[in-house]
Amino acid sequence: MPNADPYDPGRAVGGWLVSKDVAVEVRNAVKTFGQGNSALRALDDVSVNIRKGEFFTLLGPSGCGKTTLLRLIAGFETPTSGEILLDGKDITQDPPNRRPVNTVFQSYALFPHLTVAQNIGFGLEMQGRPKAEIADVTANMLALVQLGAMAQRKTSQLSGGQQQRVALARALAPRPKVLLLDEPLSALDLKLRKEMQIELKRLQLETGITFIFVTHDQEEALTMSDRIGVMSAGRIQQIGTPRDIYTRPVNRFVASFIGESNFLSGAVETGGVRLSSGDLVDAAGTEGRSGKVTLAVRPEQVRLTRAGEPGALPATITGWVYFGTDTHCHLALSDGTEVVARLQSPATGDAGLEKGKSVALRFAPGAAQVLGD
Amino acid sequence: MAERAFSATRLPGFAMIAVAVFLVLYLPIFTLVIFSFNDANSVAIWGGFSLRWYQIAWANDAVKEAAVRSLIIATSAALIATTVATMAALGTTRRAAFKGQTLIYVIINQPLMVPEIVTAVALLIFFGFIKVTTGYQGLGYLIAAHSAFCVPFAYLPIRARLEGMDLSLETAAADLYATPWQTFRKVTLPLLLPGIIAGAMLAFVISLDDVVITEFVKSGGQDTLPTYMLGQIRRAVTPDVNAISTALLVLTVLLLTVFFLLTRTRD
Repeated sequence: MPNADPYDPGRAVGGWLVSKDVAVEVRNAVKTFGQGNSALRALDDVSVNIRKGEFFTLLGPSGCGKTTLLRLIAGFETPTSGEILLDGKDITQDPPNRRPVNTVFQSYALFPHLTVAQNIGFGLEMQGRPKAEIADVTANMLALVQLGAMAQRKTSQLSGGQQQRVALARALAPRPKVLLLDEPLSALDLKLRKEMQIELKRLQLETGITFIFVTHDQEEALTMSDRIGVMSAGRIQQIGTPRDIYTRPVNRFVASFIGESNFLSGAVETGGVRLSSGDLVDAAGTEGRSGKVTLAVRPEQVRLTRAGEPGALPATITGWVYFGTDTHCHLALSDGTEVVARLQSPATGDAGLEKGKSVALRFAPGAAQVLGD
Repeated sequence: MAERAFSATRLPGFAMIAVAVFLVLYLPIFTLVIFSFNDANSVAIWGGFSLRWYQIAWANDAVKEAAVRSLIIATSAALIATTVATMAALGTTRRAAFKGQTLIYVIINQPLMVPEIVTAVALLIFFGFIKVTTGYQGLGYLIAAHSAFCVPFAYLPIRARLEGMDLSLETAAADLYATPWQTFRKVTLPLLLPGIIAGAMLAFVISLDDVVITEFVKSGGQDTLPTYMLGQIRRAVTPDVNAISTALLVLTVLLLTVFFLLTRTRD
């Protein structure tokens, strides 16, 4: 059940229970493009509940279906089957202009024939709000994104970062129930991207609007999100807080897509998992599992100790790579299984990491996680 | 030193050929313009500067009538052709590719490919039937004929403009609560306007100087400026034709300059 969300209180077993706290509910959404043999299943039975006021990130590699899911919520596409609910109301067939949902586009899609202020006021104007209100909200939005001095400029006169802010202000001005962000930071350089990450988080907290953010950048997802939905091959692989996703990946895809992992094969026994090297290690997630499993251990959770230390796994150093703040030490267990340990670099010297040296390693308590299939 | 890329400008004789080509293209036109200010009665012998032929042409009621008729036909044809072309351009670019799209391109651009004389004869016969059955003899036939062959000229710049337009702008407008009609009015049309004006001007110029189809389709007393001039030349070549041609040239150059400025891609 890769689509199940065990952390979600809004769902009852065996049926659908809409919680008052749910902003967007996607039920069994399927989207196929094309027909017959060339048909592409972009979304494969996706269900997800996005809570009110949360910063929810859809994270995955390109082609995983995250943008398609976003476009379904925005109304630019209709699902082949399944439903989309906003505040408990079915909006599956509503056109985009009837959904209180706004989008920040990857290309920004600012109107080149309008000024910055006219761009920001566009949504309100289309809603037929009074002129005074439009002017008011536009001024507030300009202040919110710190572009007050640019109100009368054409958008082509702005820098990339400023255009990004206009796109944000334009989408926030009508006070949508949900703001959709389609890789909005991908066109910015690294420094600007870091600034905008902080800016986005600030805007989300200040406005209290539900943000659904699409990205392929794991760091962006981990630092900004309240919860992350990791997607691959048209399915949601795992939903959880950044900490859940990082420390308790449910499968090999999640464990390798977010951060780095050591994968160790073994079999469940009483008291832990017996690795192929013959060592018995303590592992989380063994409940209800038996037979062969894969363990994931983060490199920074691998500790080196002296050879022969009781309870530690004997290993041999096969090499090391210096990364500045830390050093990656490559090790081989007794059966040759490779393990990488990420060690903090010492102030001087090379921490005695000689190739061929016999050492022992242990995993930090709770660090070894049994993966699902 | 790295080998430089091939460039025609460095071929021997490039400058000479360029000058020769420009002379062939523009020398006759310069001669025409200069001799329109000729004081003499001959079209070929210079007799001093004067605006005399412009005055004669201006005083000629037949010229004035033909000029007004030309402007009415060109304006109507440009308006109709541009409207049709805009719709055709929207229909062929603002949606997913559909079956028979190539056929539609061919049909829209057909007037560019079919010899004009064929269209002219066909229209002569076709309108002949209609004239006999309805009895209508007005300018409608010329306007209809001109509208038809102006469509591809209006279509091409509009389509080029649409293809360079980011589709996500319309998606963004829809996302910001604009109905499809509002999206067209507030986003598509303003961005398309330079293309539409350019298309209209091209159509206007093409209609203004058409001779072949007009000659076949027009009823008696429906001379446009070009067919009037053709008629004049058959009898005697007088320098007032030079003056009218120069006036037409000025109008065309003005319109084409605006066309160029509008279709130029901005940085």
